[in-house]
Amino acid sequence: MTHIDAAAHTRGTSQFVDDVPPPAGMLHAAICSSPLAHGRIRSLQLEDARAVDGVVAVLTAPDIPGQNCLDPREPEEPLLAEETVSYAGQPVAVVVGTSGEIARLGARMVRLEIEELAAVTDPKQAYEAGRIIGAPRTISLGDVEGAWAQCDLIAEGTCNIGGQEHVYLETQRSRAIPLEAGRLRIHSSTQGPFAVQKVAAIMLGVPMHRIEVDVVRLGGAFGGKEDQATPWACLAALAAWHTRQPVELVLNRAEDMRMTGKRHPYVSDFKIGVTREGKILAYKVWHYQNSGAMVDLSPAVLERSLLHSTNSYFVPNVRVSGACCRTNLPPNTAFRGFGGPQGMFVMESAIARAAELLGLPREELQRRNMIRPGDTFPFGQQVADDHASRAWDQAAETYDLPKLRREVETFNAAHFEIKKGLAVMPVCFGISFTTTHMNQAGSLVHVYTDGSVGLSSGGVEMGQGLSTNLVRVAARGFGIGEGRIRVESTNTTRVANMSPSAASSTTLLNGNAVLLAVKQIGARLRSVAANELGHADADKVTIDAERVLYDGKDTGLSWKQVVTAAYRQRVALSAHAFFATPGIWRAEDTATGDLFAYHVCGTAIVEVTLDCLRGAYDIDAVRIVHDLGRPLDDLVDRGQIEGGLAQGLGWMTMEDLQYDEQGQLLSSALATYKVPDAFFMPDEIEINFLADADSAVGPYGSKAVGEPPLMYGIGAFFALRSAMRAFRPDYDFPFTSPLTPERVLMALHAPAGRDGGQKDGQVQAVAEPVQPDEQAGIEHR
Amino acid sequence: MAQRIDFILNDREVHEALNPGQPVLDYLRGVAALPGTKEGCREGDCGACTVLIGELNGKQVRYRPVTSCLMPVGELHGKHLVTIEGLNLDWLTPVQQAIVDRGASQCGFCTPGIVVSMTGLLMQDGQEIDRPGVMRALSGHLCRCTGYLSLKQGDEALREALGGPAGIRAMLKRKLLPDYFAGIPERLGKLPPPAIPTEAQTQVYFIAGGTDLYVQEEHRLTEGQVEILAQRSDLKGITRENGRIAVGALTTFEDFASHPEIISLLPNVQSYMALIASWQIRNRATLGGNIINASPIADLTIMLLALEAELVLQDGESRRTVPLRSFYRGYKEMDRAPKELLAQIMIPTSDGGSQFHFEKVSKRKYLDIASVNCALRIDLAAGEVRQVGLAMGGVAPIPLFMEQTTQYLLGRPISTDTVQGAIDVAQDEVSPISDIRGSAEYKRLLVRQLLIAQFTTLFPDELSVGSFYDAY
Repeated sequence: MTHIDAAAHTRGTSQFVDDVPPPAGMLHAAICSSPLAHGRIRSLQLEDARAVDGVVAVLTAPDIPGQNCLDPREPEEPLLAEETVSYAGQPVAVVVGTSGEIARLGARMVRLEIEELAAVTDPKQAYEAGRIIGAPRTISLGDVEGAWAQCDLIAEGTCNIGGQEHVYLETQRSRAIPLEAGRLRIHSSTQGPFAVQKVAAIMLGVPMHRIEVDVVRLGGAFGGKEDQATPWACLAALAAWHTRQPVELVLNRAEDMRMTGKRHPYVSDFKIGVTREGKILAYKVWHYQNSGAMVDLSPAVLERSLLHSTNSYFVPNVRVSGACCRTNLPPNTAFRGFGGPQGMFVMESAIARAAELLGLPREELQRRNMIRPGDTFPFGQQVADDHASRAWDQAAETYDLPKLRREVETFNAAHFEIKKGLAVMPVCFGISFTTTHMNQAGSLVHVYTDGSVGLSSGGVEMGQGLSTNLVRVAARGFGIGEGRIRVESTNTTRVANMSPSAASSTTLLNGNAVLLAVKQIGARLRSVAANELGHADADKVTIDAERVLYDGKDTGLSWKQVVTAAYRQRVALSAHAFFATPGIWRAEDTATGDLFAYHVCGTAIVEVTLDCLRGAYDIDAVRIVHDLGRPLDDLVDRGQIEGGLAQGLGWMTMEDLQYDEQGQLLSSALATYKVPDAFFMPDEIEINFLADADSAVGPYGSKAVGEPPLMYGIGAFFALRSAMRAFRPDYDFPFTSPLTPERVLMALHAPAGRDGGQKDGQVQAVAEPVQPDEQAGIEHR
Repeated sequence: MAQRIDFILNDREVHEALNPGQPVLDYLRGVAALPGTKEGCREGDCGACTVLIGELNGKQVRYRPVTSCLMPVGELHGKHLVTIEGLNLDWLTPVQQAIVDRGASQCGFCTPGIVVSMTGLLMQDGQEIDRPGVMRALSGHLCRCTGYLSLKQGDEALREALGGPAGIRAMLKRKLLPDYFAGIPERLGKLPPPAIPTEAQTQVYFIAGGTDLYVQEEHRLTEGQVEILAQRSDLKGITRENGRIAVGALTTFEDFASHPEIISLLPNVQSYMALIASWQIRNRATLGGNIINASPIADLTIMLLALEAELVLQDGESRRTVPLRSFYRGYKEMDRAPKELLAQIMIPTSDGGSQFHFEKVSKRKYLDIASVNCALRIDLAAGEVRQVGLAMGGVAPIPLFMEQTTQYLLGRPISTDTVQGAIDVAQDEVSPISDIRGSAEYKRLLVRQLLIAQFTTLFPDELSVGSFYDAY
C-alpha cells in the first residue's frame, strides 16, 4: 500500500488549512515583527496602520485578554513583544485586514521605534556572559579524569555545527473561527494541537474546553511545527476573538524563514582517549547550544544531544555536558533528530580525529567500539540487543565494504584532482519522549452500522504516513478491508491532552492506542457473533477478511451482519482507548533511567566524488541497513528513510544557515538557502532491512522510523573529509559544518599552518568551562 | 487598473477585468478558487505553483510549465492556463499513478506541481520519456519529504503508459488527458485580440519574463501599472544576419538553448542551461531580462560577454548599437535611457576555429546562483591565442568582461605559464566582495580555480591540473 492520501495529493484535492473554502466574512492577518535582534521598544504607533483602507484591527500586547506568553511554563516569554525585543522577526503587532495584501500593507505601516541594544549571536559569548537557560547539564559514566592516563592517544578538537531551516513546503498557517458561547475553533498546521489549545486558552483567559483545535494534515513539519506553530495559531485566535470574525494567518516563505526558529547550531569541544589497539577508553564533550532568544524546546534538545553523545559506541568513561546559551536569534527548536544529530556529529568527529592520528581507517575504530548487549549507555540504560553491531555487519557484508574501500583507493591513486571518499555512519537512536510522562496517547474509534469505520487519534498526519499506519493497524485488528476505514482529523474535542506528533513515536503511541480501541470493539463483536451463532465460546470467534470464523471455520456471518446485530442488541460500537509506553522510567530530575522503549539502529555507507579543483562534489551512493522491525507499510517506511537521509545530507553539505553579527538572517530565501534537489540526491540509494529485529512495543512489531535515518547524512561529512584527505593527506581539516563547496575549497587550498588547530597527542590537563553538577529539571521531553 | 483579459482556464473561458500585474498564483487561489496550485516560496525556487501555459503555434497548442508565482495575469491573454484541476480524469493519470505506486508523495504539498510538470513533459512532441527527461520535469521542484528517488523512478511506468512517442495527440488517444484539450486550439483561435493599453497614468513597469522582478518588487507590480513585453512578438525570435546571430530580447532561455543556430555556436548550451535554470524558469526568463536586470552574476550575460555580443537599443524609431562589454557602468547602472528598450542581441559567429566553455560554482550544483561563473571563447592560430573573450561574474559590481586578462592572453601559447600569468592579471582585474555567495577570499580563489578549469577543460592535451599544484 502507498500513502493513503497519495491519490488525492496527486489530484490536488487534499486540503491544507487555507485550501478549505473560506467562511463568510473571513479576514486575514499579517505580522509586524521586530526589525532588530535586540532592543527596547521606545514607541509603537498604530494610527497609520489603522488608517489603511481595509485594515480592521491592529492588535498589540495590551490587547491580549489573558496571559501574554508563548508557553505557560515560561511566563516571561511573550507572544507579542511588550518592552523589549530579543530577536529580529519577533512579533510585535498583528494587523487584520480584508485581504492578506492589505494586512501586510498595514503591517508595514506600523511605526515601531526601538532603541538598539547589543546583540549576541555566538553561544560561547552568551555562555561567558552568563546568558544560559536553566543550569548546565552533565551525564557521566565511569571515571573520565582517571581514564586519560591509560590512553595511548588523546585527541581534542572543536566542532562548529551549523543549524538548519526546516523548509516544510507548507509554511506556518492557521485559521481561527469564532463559534457560539465564546468558543473558538482553530484550524492549525501544527504537530501539537494540545499545545495550541493550552496556550490559546491561557492567552485568552478561558478554560481549555472553549478552544477546539482541528488538524487535517500538514504540508511537512519536521519538528518546525511542534512548538512553533503555536504562536501563529494563537495570534489568529486573538484576531478572531477581537473581530468576532474568522481570521486566517498564513506566513509567506520570507516571513516564515525570518520569524521561526531552526535546528540549533552547536559549538562543541571534545576530548577523546584511545588505546593503541583502537579501544576508546574515555570521551568528554562540552556542548554550547545556540538556543536563540526563548526557551522553546532547547533544554530537551540539549538533553538528547547528551543522551546520544556516544551514538552506537560503548565508551566506559564518559562525561558529556552542555548548556543552552541564550542568544538574539529566533528561538531554535525541534528538528528531526532533536539534538541527537549534533551529539553524534561530535562523536564521529572525535573518532575521525583519533583514527587519523592513530593511522587506522576510521571505520576500523568505529567497528571496534560498537555497543554490545549488556553494555551501558551513559545515562544508565542497558543495551538490550545486538542490533547496532548486526546492522554494521550486515551492511559491511551486503555491500562488501572492503571492496568499496579498495575501489576508492584505486580510483584515488589514478586521479589527481578528482578524489572519491567513503564513510560508514552507524546510528543508534532512542525511541520515546525522554520526558517520560509524554509517552501517552488516546484514540476514539467508531464502527458505523454500515460496517465502515472512523478513527481518531491524537497523532497528526504530516506526510510521515501516520494515517496509513493507523488504517493498517485498524484493518488488521478488526480483520476487515482497509477501504472501510477512514482516519478523521486530529481534534482536541475527540482526543484530549495528546502529546505532539514528534520523537518518532507517533505511530508507536497512537497506533497502539487505536489498536486497543479496536480490540475493545472487536471483543464485543465476537461476543455478539458467538450469541448469534449460538456458540458459548466467544474466544473461538475470529474475524478475517470480513468473514466471521468460529474455530477457524467460516460461519457464513459477515462483518457487516455482525455489526448490524451488535447495534440491534444495543452493544457499543465505539471505544476510546489509552496507551502509555510500558517499561520506561527516569530518575526524578535527572536524565538517567530506562529512558527509551528501544533503540533504532542502522548503518549507512556513503560514497562521494570530490572535484578538488572546484570544491564541488557529488553524493554518489548511500547504502543502508536499517532496523525497521516489521514495517506496517514498506513503502511508507522506505519513504521516511530516503527523506530523512535527504535532510541529513542537506544539513551536512549545502544548507548553510547564516546570520550576521547583528542577528539578521542572511540566508533568508530559497534563493540563498539551498536544500537538496533531484540532481543532488543520488540515484543509488540502497536500503535493506535488518533481519530479525521486531519490536515488542510497536504495533504489530513495527518500529519508529521518522528521525533515525536523518543521521545517516552525517556520513557525507566524513566521506567528503576522506576525499579531502586523499588530496591533502597531512592537513588537519576543521570539523565545521555544513561542508559547503566554499569550506571544502578554502580548506583544500589554505596555506599550510592555517588548519583546524586541534590539540592532539599528549595527555594534558584541559582547561574547561565551569561545570556545576546540578541537573536541571527538564520539563519538555 | 483592471484590464480585460480573455483566456481559457482549464475547460472554462474567462473574459474578465483583472489586475494585469497580479501573479497568476494569487488569481488562481484567491479569485478562481482553485486551491490545487500551492504557494511554496513565491520566488520560482520550489515549483509547488507550477501550471501549464498553452499557446497557439500554428494549428497546434504548445504547452510549457511555468511557475505561476512569477507570471503576471496580464500575460494570460489569448492563452490556455492549465492547473492540476484541469488535468484530472475520473481515474488517475499515468503520472498520478506512478507517484502513488512508488510512494513518491508524502505530505502532498509539492505533489500537484510535480504532476503538472511531468504531464507537461508527456505533452511535448518528440520528448524522450527516460531518466533525463524526467529530470527535466523534476528540475524546478523541491520536495522536502522524499529523497526524489521514488519520483525519478517513474520514467519506466510513464513510458509504458504512453506506449509510443510523447505528445498531446498520443495522450488524447490513450485517454491520458481530458478530452477538452482536443478543442482548445480552435477555441484559442476565437479569443479576441488583446485590448490596446490606454495611455499610462502612473509609472509603468516593464515586465519581460518577470522571474527576478517579481522576486524583487512584487507588490509594486501588483499595485502599479505594468506593460507586459511578452506580448510583443517583434522582440522575439532568432535569425542570422550578416554573419551574426540576431536574438530578439524577449527570447526565452528555453527557446535560445534549443535553437539550431545557438546549438551550432555553443554545442554544450543545453548542459549549461540545465545548471542555470529549471524548465519552468527557462520557459519564462528572457535574454533581455537577464541583461537589463544587470545582476553581476547573471549566467547568460557572462556567456554573452565572452561571445562579445552587441545590444540593439530602441526608442520608438531610433535604434543604436552598444557592445555588451561597455554597457554596464556600475552596479545596476547601464548605458540605457529610461525609455529605451533592449530589442536585440547580436552575437558574432565564429569561422569554426573557436572554442567555448562555461564554468560555474555554486553552493548547490544545479539551479543555484553562482559564487563565481566564467565564460571563455578562444581561437588559436599556430598554437597561439588569436582571439579571446573572457568574462567572469560575482567578482565585480558588474558582469565583468576581463579586458586586461584577454589582452594578456592574446598572442601567447597555451601553456601552464600563460595560464598562471593570466591568473595573476585576472586577480588585479577583479574586486569581489564578501556576501551570502561566499567570502571575497573564496571568490578570488575561484577566479584562479575556474581559469585553470577553463584551460584544462579546453586544452587537455597541453595542460593538466597537476601542473598547477607543484606544492602538493
